[in-house]
Amino acid sequence: MASTAMYKTILTRLAQAVPVLLIFAILVFTLMHLLPGDPAVAIAGTDASREAIDKIREQLGLNRPILVQLLSWLAQIAQGDFGRSIVLNQSVVSAVAERLPVTLSLSMLSLMITLPVGILLGVIAAYWRNTWIDSAVMLIALLGVSLPGFWVGILSVLLFSVHLGWFPPSGYVPIGQGVWPWLASLIQPAVVLALFQIGFLARITRSAMLDVMDQDFIRTARAKGVDEWHTIAKHAFRNTLIPVVTVLGITVSLLIGGAVVIEQVFALPGIGRLIVQGILARDYPLVQGTMLLFGFAFVLINILVDIIYTFVDPRVRYG
Amino acid sequence: MTTPLLEVSDLTVRFRTDTGWMTAVDKVSLQIAPGEALGIVGESGSGKSVTALSILRLHAMATTRLPTGRIMWGGRDLLGLSMRDMRAIRGRDIAMIFQDPMSSLNPVLTIADQIGETLRLHQGLDAAASRRRAIELLDLVRIPDAARRVDEYPHRLSGGMRQRVMIAIAIACRPKLLIADEPTTALDVTIQAQILDLLRDLQAELGMSVILITHDMGVIAEFARRVMVMYAGRVVEAAPVGGLFTAPLHPYTEGLLASIPKLDVDVRRLPSIPGSIPDPTMVIQGCRFGPRCPIIEAGCRQDPMLLPAGLEREVRCPPRIAP
Repeated sequence: MASTAMYKTILTRLAQAVPVLLIFAILVFTLMHLLPGDPAVAIAGTDASREAIDKIREQLGLNRPILVQLLSWLAQIAQGDFGRSIVLNQSVVSAVAERLPVTLSLSMLSLMITLPVGILLGVIAAYWRNTWIDSAVMLIALLGVSLPGFWVGILSVLLFSVHLGWFPPSGYVPIGQGVWPWLASLIQPAVVLALFQIGFLARITRSAMLDVMDQDFIRTARAKGVDEWHTIAKHAFRNTLIPVVTVLGITVSLLIGGAVVIEQVFALPGIGRLIVQGILARDYPLVQGTMLLFGFAFVLINILVDIIYTFVDPRVRYG
Repeated sequence: MTTPLLEVSDLTVRFRTDTGWMTAVDKVSLQIAPGEALGIVGESGSGKSVTALSILRLHAMATTRLPTGRIMWGGRDLLGLSMRDMRAIRGRDIAMIFQDPMSSLNPVLTIADQIGETLRLHQGLDAAASRRRAIELLDLVRIPDAARRVDEYPHRLSGGMRQRVMIAIAIACRPKLLIADEPTTALDVTIQAQILDLLRDLQAELGMSVILITHDMGVIAEFARRVMVMYAGRVVEAAPVGGLFTAPLHPYTEGLLASIPKLDVDVRRLPSIPGSIPDPTMVIQGCRFGPRCPIIEAGCRQDPMLLPAGLEREVRCPPRIAP
């Protein structure tokens, strides 16, 4: 693989991301400002006088025309300045950086559970297609995608934390205080978060695998005398990975979205909670800045998926 | 005739379909001697490919009832072997190539890996030795620049080249029998001729037997010594190529031969056989070809048998055997 062509592709993709992120920024700004109420009301409190609220509005620059506010925010972002949170009294970047390890730990742990379990279940269901094994796996997958995470989360806390006392019901222990306490605080939310992803991935893998098993080259492998294990593991599986990698970007995006809800249920001080707090307080710079950082993360994830593609499918080459 | 290399007797294969069980192959028997080239000809749905796949037991497991009959190979019945013993024969003693070379190679593995796999599996070669041997095999199937091509992926090769790679995989372990299921159908005409030449040369060079399955009478004429004509899951005629082409016995064979275009005769329309191959789930009393047959008579109503009709010839047609 020509690596200069690869760098060129990555740079092109990053350049292409600029207009996407610009539209995304405008959308986030518009949605936030469409919400009734504004940060001045939230700061001043419900009993505050009209004059007091107007004064805070003026301090925050919220009395300016909306288009001016948008353009000045965009100009700020273009210079790499994400601004300061109104309620937290710290910069948006440092507020996100503080909570990033929690969300990152949760999502990565969840992904590490999702990938092997989801793919394995899909392969098993496809290999024993139309048997009770297939039906059982697909039922698990259906439950995984259908049951809402917050509900499963609450039931899980009732069982594993309240009745059995295996894991703490809520809160986050930084990895600095020991790997086991850290893992114990995360494993429950990570598994609950993974359930949906596993269901999703198992279904994708199953149908991809079924497609591949019907291909002529599988018959060729059998005609060569290759045993069932190598037919599956070597010939079918690598081809199954091609569509699976395609949905990997979507899976990771869903994972981050799901983390927002799960962080609420398990009281984890992550980015999801930060956004929810920000929205409740109408903290414009905080929500807009955080969402934009999310947007940038999705762009990076998709570029990464495209790079992984070239390793999985030799027919894909960039340059 | 010497002891046959492969002897299939009364092979019957039944499939499950949406409308019930259908008999794809009905009591087919065939023999092939060492070094012999046998052609099986018939239109789509005649059961010729299913017959071939059943010899290696490569038919779709989920929808097929275990074939009945006997497939004798080296004193053993292939239908009674364990999957493990069957795998030891596949690719080593009996190899197979398929119709569509575009989809028969694995797109994510290199040519070296796909040829080498057979060698590592059956001959215990290591990676380096199997790669060297793969290059030799690519040379043998006349792929130019073999040392470079061996590390490429299938998508970089043309259809003809890919069929050559399939042939290289098939002959890697010097099999005693090669089953070629419509090997030239998906290729264009000039490439077809090259692939047939290659197969014929390799057959002579390696002394292997070949079963060639095709719907193309021209291919049969060029390649096979003996030919079997199949219709609706049954053998309707078997004969040496020369005899079959000069004096076909079964009306179906006559129809097939009449529909080959001839360069020296000017005709407005090619003759064709009226009607079409019957729905395999439908039960036809007597001769399966009856509804389309120009010479049908009362004797055809009772299921006709395949009977001897001269030297090395058999035909399933009462009017043509009548003394």
